[in-house]
Amino acid sequence: MAEPGKIRMTVNGQAREGWAEPRRLLVDFLREDLGLTGTHVGCEHGICGACTVLFNGEAARSCLMLAVQADGADLMTVEGLARDGKLHPLQEAFWEHHGLQCGFCTPGMLMAAYDFLRVNPDPTEQEIREALSAVLCRCTGYQGIVRAVKAAAERMRTRLGDDMERNRAPGAG
Amino acid sequence: MKPPRFDYHAPASAAEALELLGRYGADARLLAGGQSLVPLLNFRLSAPAVIVDLNRAADLAYIREENGRVRLGAMTRQRAIEFSPLVKSRLPLLAEATRWVGHLPTRTRGTIGGSLAHSDPAAEYPAVATALDTEFVIRARTGERVVRVTEFFVGLMTTAVQPGEMLVEVRLPVLAPNSGWAFEEFSRRRGDFAIVGIAAMVTTEGDRCRSARLAACGAGPAAMRLRGAEEILEQGGLDDRYVDDAAARAAELVDPSADLHASVEYRRHLTRVLTRRALKHAVDRARGAGAQPRRS
Repeated sequence: MAEPGKIRMTVNGQAREGWAEPRRLLVDFLREDLGLTGTHVGCEHGICGACTVLFNGEAARSCLMLAVQADGADLMTVEGLARDGKLHPLQEAFWEHHGLQCGFCTPGMLMAAYDFLRVNPDPTEQEIREALSAVLCRCTGYQGIVRAVKAAAERMRTRLGDDMERNRAPGAG
Repeated sequence: MKPPRFDYHAPASAAEALELLGRYGADARLLAGGQSLVPLLNFRLSAPAVIVDLNRAADLAYIREENGRVRLGAMTRQRAIEFSPLVKSRLPLLAEATRWVGHLPTRTRGTIGGSLAHSDPAAEYPAVATALDTEFVIRARTGERVVRVTEFFVGLMTTAVQPGEMLVEVRLPVLAPNSGWAFEEFSRRRGDFAIVGIAAMVTTEGDRCRSARLAACGAGPAAMRLRGAEEILEQGGLDDRYVDDAAARAAELVDPSADLHASVEYRRHLTRVLTRRALKHAVDRARGAGAQPRRS
């Protein structure tokens, strides 16, 4: 059972399949077999966080998972953040606040921040800093990243409020 | 680097996993959350012939209260523990320590059973288990045994789990009345392994200390209980001077080694500071709990 087997999964809303031997890491399967090179592979021991993806809706290190473990799973990579050519509020905020220089850690930062803001939509700066310690950046000094996540959190809360306002039936409020 | 070749099995239940362990014996390695084993595979520091992946064994992931204990299946994710209301109310020491275990993205995969069975000397969960009167359920094809925490952690990354056996459940006692807890840690970066971590649990009886439990991680070959420091509190009380004495005793009791992160002296110093901090916090919480009798 060390031979390649067929695996199927949903990635960014699309059904994908491929062959993987058991030792194939999920990050390598995403990059090399599915061609999704937005997810980066850095340290390969779960420290740098560049390979962070959403696994069944929760952030996880794809260098610490085997591709076969994702058989049947629902994945989201950094390529899944933008919708219809429009950047996600997190991506917009990283752009506006200089949340990246070389960009190597950025997919990990974005996916870790996405998961973090879902469990903590209104974080303090200290909480943001602690959450971002899950991903290493070697060029920005983190300041821009912290500001970007803070700005994105505010924007996402406002948009959520706007959406709720819009969806409210006339006279219901 | 990439993992070496291995035969891979993903059993759907604990029973199937034990069948496979019985068949392959010492050639097999159990894969839990993979946050320690997969790095070892990637760096080829471990090259098992067979991997038995427990991630599809759904019967190994649960949190439920029974007879004054909370039972956690070995494959319960650290993230599930972090967000469990039952853990928050019944096992607040475990809840507090979980925030120190890696990062949210590693807690998504990491499991309580994996952490305890791996027994990294700097890991938080073994210290929590040591500070509580934890029971470990160890199962083989031929049967099951329950091991107390005093017998579970044997030495450096070594536990009572034998080849062919598997840790399937841990049972932690629920918070007793008039009790306070605290987990304190110092690490270079949030989410790193502890340089030193201290778990504390105290139970008061009026002004007296009915029982004290103290355990350290990062300060010896495995998580260690600091019995001599507990005795100072149980005999003297919980006033600041006994807390200070207990903290000083804790620093003598630990058995740290030096590495590139910290010297022996520094780890002893941290043990003293963190023990004092944890005890004060735990005592405040116990007194707060005693001042407000719980309505049932």
